[in-house]
Amino acid sequence: MKDSVNKLYEEQVHLYGRIWMVGALIVMIMVPVSMCVYFGAWPDPIAVLKGLLGVAPIYWTVCTIEVFTYAPMLGSGGTYLAFVTGNITNLKAPAAINSMEAAKVKPGSEEGEVISTIAIATTSIVTTLILALGVLLFSQLTPILESPTLKPAFKMILPALFGGLGVVYIAKNWKIAVAPLAFMIVLFLLVPSLASSVSVLVPVGALVAIGVARILYKKGKV
Amino acid sequence: MDFKNSQFMFLLGGIVGAFVIAQSLYFLIKALKRGKALGITGSVVKKTIFSSAVFAILPSISILIGLIGLTSALGLPLPWIRLSVLGAVTYELPAATTALNALGQSIADPITDPAAFTAVAWVMTLGCITPLIIIPLFLKKIQGGIHKLQKRDMKWGDLFITALFLGMISAFLGMGISDGLLSILTLLTSALLMGICGIFVKVWKVKWLENFALPISMLGAMACSILYANILPANLLPAGLWS
Repeated sequence: MKDSVNKLYEEQVHLYGRIWMVGALIVMIMVPVSMCVYFGAWPDPIAVLKGLLGVAPIYWTVCTIEVFTYAPMLGSGGTYLAFVTGNITNLKAPAAINSMEAAKVKPGSEEGEVISTIAIATTSIVTTLILALGVLLFSQLTPILESPTLKPAFKMILPALFGGLGVVYIAKNWKIAVAPLAFMIVLFLLVPSLASSVSVLVPVGALVAIGVARILYKKGKV
Repeated sequence: MDFKNSQFMFLLGGIVGAFVIAQSLYFLIKALKRGKALGITGSVVKKTIFSSAVFAILPSISILIGLIGLTSALGLPLPWIRLSVLGAVTYELPAATTALNALGQSIADPITDPAAFTAVAWVMTLGCITPLIIIPLFLKKIQGGIHKLQKRDMKWGDLFITALFLGMISAFLGMGISDGLLSILTLLTSALLMGICGIFVKVWKVKWLENFALPISMLGAMACSILYANILPANLLPAGLWS
């Protein structure tokens, strides 16, 4: 009975998730279309193609990898939502992980799916409201947010986020964490320029961690 | 009025923002109903909502700063639109820069030609559109595979997802540790503050702190990074830190 109810919920999430995704696709495409129509200014297709060639090969690959890496962590509802609202690595995934940890539910479980979706929906609403407020109060907020005093704080937001998040997960799973962490530190020390493409390295770290976890599991060490 | 900041552009921004809020509310309500059916208590749900909302404030302000950085070339509404839907500062800036370079212009100068403006909008939109195509096609299969894995071997299924988390965390920690002293100090401060919060929660039973440990660690570490940046010699700081 419980299984069939959960299956029905999942089916609904996929059905409506797809509808929302197609809706998002239409909204996204309609933005440049309506701009072209309203301003009467269609761009030179060659210029668009040239611009796309500069970003698409990298970002289409990164986006595809991100879908396969983050979907199992975020759950179905969370994935449908997080990939429409964006900012996954710096906001949605940490929020989902932190909330599942605090609620003591496992990622991938039915409860984990619910908590992850609630966390991602809440962060999406908060971000959208803060951005709208920022736009509304643009002239008042800009001098404060761009003040030189605050620059280091916002440039260090990722270490500040992953330091706290990392210590919890590494302390709990240190046997699995040591190898991917050591691998990443050595890699970034050897090739510092990779810092700009950290998203591409997330699945690499995941593969190392999965490999180590599998070996330890087979040996009965975890 | 500058076309980049016209009422029409703000209207588009409002529509996109409303769409994102509507989708978020839809999934939030659906998850709340499902949570109730699964017996997840109201207090857990409330804590999840409250702590996620508090946690989201600092990264959202960081996104807002990224938005401000794009306004000199693109005006206010287009960066707002792009960062509201499938956006990330790490993507939008290179996309806009590449598009403008292809047109022989620079991101440092305001766009004056509407055709260049729409070209940038197209590149920023199409360059990150893949998840909206891949997810409707493949997400059900991906999740089906994970569920099968968990059914076949529950423990390995859980370890698999934990390993995915650790892969992500390792990549960002590795980047932080190898990114210079300021980054290392910020990272360690955040970890230390999280540890202190953990002691308060576990030893002194300050339960409410559990949901705010991450925002507190983050805010504390960010505040300390200002202090470190002012104390450390300039040659140990990342290039362009103050710009």
